[in-house]
Amino acid sequence: MSDAIVTFEKVNKWYGNSFHVLRDIDLSVRRGERIVICGPSGSGKSTLIRCVNALEEYQEGRITVDGTELTDDVKAVEAVRKQVGMVFQQFNLFPHLTVLENLTLAPMWVGHVPKAEAEVRAMQQLQRVRIAEQAKKFPLQLSGGQQQRVAIARALCLTPKIMLFDEPTSALDPEMIKEVLDVMIELAGQGITMLCVTHEMGFAKAVADRVIFMDQGQIVEQNAPHEFFENPQSDRTKDFLSKILGH
Amino acid sequence: MADTFQPIAARPAPVATEGLVPWIRRNLFNDWKSALTTVLLIGLALYVLPGLSQWGLFSAVFGANAEACQAARGTGACWGVVTEKWRVIIFGRYPFEQQWRPEVATVLMVAALMLSCVRWFWKPWLALMWVAVLAVFFALMGGGVLGLEPVRTDLWGGLPLTVMLATLSIFLAFPLSILVALGRRSNLPAIRTACIVYIELIRGVPLISVLFMASFMFPLFMPQGTTIDVLLRVLIGITLFAAAYMAEIVRGGLQAVPKGQLEAAATLGLSYWQTQRKIVLPQALAMVVPSMMNNFISIFKDTSLVTIVSLYELTGALGLALNSDVEWRPFKIEAYLFITAIYFAFCFAMSRYSLWVEKQVSVSRTR
Repeated sequence: MSDAIVTFEKVNKWYGNSFHVLRDIDLSVRRGERIVICGPSGSGKSTLIRCVNALEEYQEGRITVDGTELTDDVKAVEAVRKQVGMVFQQFNLFPHLTVLENLTLAPMWVGHVPKAEAEVRAMQQLQRVRIAEQAKKFPLQLSGGQQQRVAIARALCLTPKIMLFDEPTSALDPEMIKEVLDVMIELAGQGITMLCVTHEMGFAKAVADRVIFMDQGQIVEQNAPHEFFENPQSDRTKDFLSKILGH
Repeated sequence: MADTFQPIAARPAPVATEGLVPWIRRNLFNDWKSALTTVLLIGLALYVLPGLSQWGLFSAVFGANAEACQAARGTGACWGVVTEKWRVIIFGRYPFEQQWRPEVATVLMVAALMLSCVRWFWKPWLALMWVAVLAVFFALMGGGVLGLEPVRTDLWGGLPLTVMLATLSIFLAFPLSILVALGRRSNLPAIRTACIVYIELIRGVPLISVLFMASFMFPLFMPQGTTIDVLLRVLIGITLFAAAYMAEIVRGGLQAVPKGQLEAAATLGLSYWQTQRKIVLPQALAMVVPSMMNNFISIFKDTSLVTIVSLYELTGALGLALNSDVEWRPFKIEAYLFITAIYFAFCFAMSRYSLWVEKQVSVSRTR
């Protein structure tokens, strides 16, 4: 278990008293592993990755991230969030700040990096996602694909060990999906641990070490991508794959 | 293939779209409804204007001559009442020979206010300047330093009092309202409950009764021998009153900031206060500029209620100037028109400034 960076042990979570959203989740993510999580809507896949950086609380079980157990303790949450970057479906850029300010905000205020240095690093990250020329613009002046790349760069500015992607391409026009996926594929080649909720099966085949299929709050099946797509074990997985790959 | 490019010569537009006549056609006589409205409004103006200008200008008495005013009654306005009484109206009970002091103090404060409105001056030294301005203001008004004769605060009055009360209560209430609004959304039950109780309590009573409490009830609860200046008590009363209303405006803005913004800030590791200060408040406050300015304007006018506790600000000073003067009392309307113009100048300026601020914040959000 020494190379596991994220572990879930018998994690259960409820919304309110009745909606059992995560059921007995057991999961161990290796350092540098790239995992794609898929499943129908409401299956708990977003909730699962949002537990990793404590955006969601859980009621039973244990989650450990890079050696820190996630509890109610604020210090633990702080420590974990330093290691985990996140990219959202709706980008969640700060609309009142420029692209550059979006990137330098956390390094300056959380990491206490001097402004000049934070800006140099931010520009490096913007170059990495190929959008450096937009640094002075405001987020809402950019296209969806550009905004999402800025969001990825913003998360990378804190040099996280783990990146969470919560349906990063679902809010994008078809033409813009590729530019975001290209950036993610590049990132995947650089040894960062990735947990990615997505329906982009091409991306899963190209970069994932493991594909996890969830339904009704449970992990139904997990396997290496070629096994997962060629030889799904459960009927539920076959049914799901036939629907999303069927045409 | 090798067609030569033939530029088409520029032609004037077939219908003129700029200039006075097209503007009139477009805006005043666009269709029969707007044409009718225009004609009716012009007719109304022609009907009212001659009488109004006759009363306000041509038959009006401008000199401080009570007999002439008396003679013109019913046919012409008596602006003489302003000529005669303006010092009392503007400065209230402040000692007559010393009235240069409130004059300088008020000009200084209004200048500081105007300066603070310009974006270019939004620098750290602005705060220092305000400390200095307030110090000079109170030194001039109160005296007792630099050989200035002391003047008790209950003698302060008129426009200086109005401007000072409005400015200070807005400055103090604004940050307080932000804290209360944040408190009302706090996860800590004690803080949340305290904020809700405060807001609901204040909103449940009229400003007059708050002022009344501050002025007459509060001293009864104070230990013997300690007194807090009535002006200070009234200032605190107005501030607490205004802050409760403003807190609800701010809360509206806070609620309009999408949850995703908070999640993104949390993910980046920003603390609660960093998130509020850097992410939430800039967006929330930008959204509530119009209703906030609405509230500022109403605070400015609500200061007239301090007359109830014998502080004679602009409106109170007008009563003070005319009520006991049999000769000039009949010309109250003219005097009221005079202070109406003063109130309007301030409120209109605030409202125009609000439009500018709105444009500024929207520029930085989208463009």
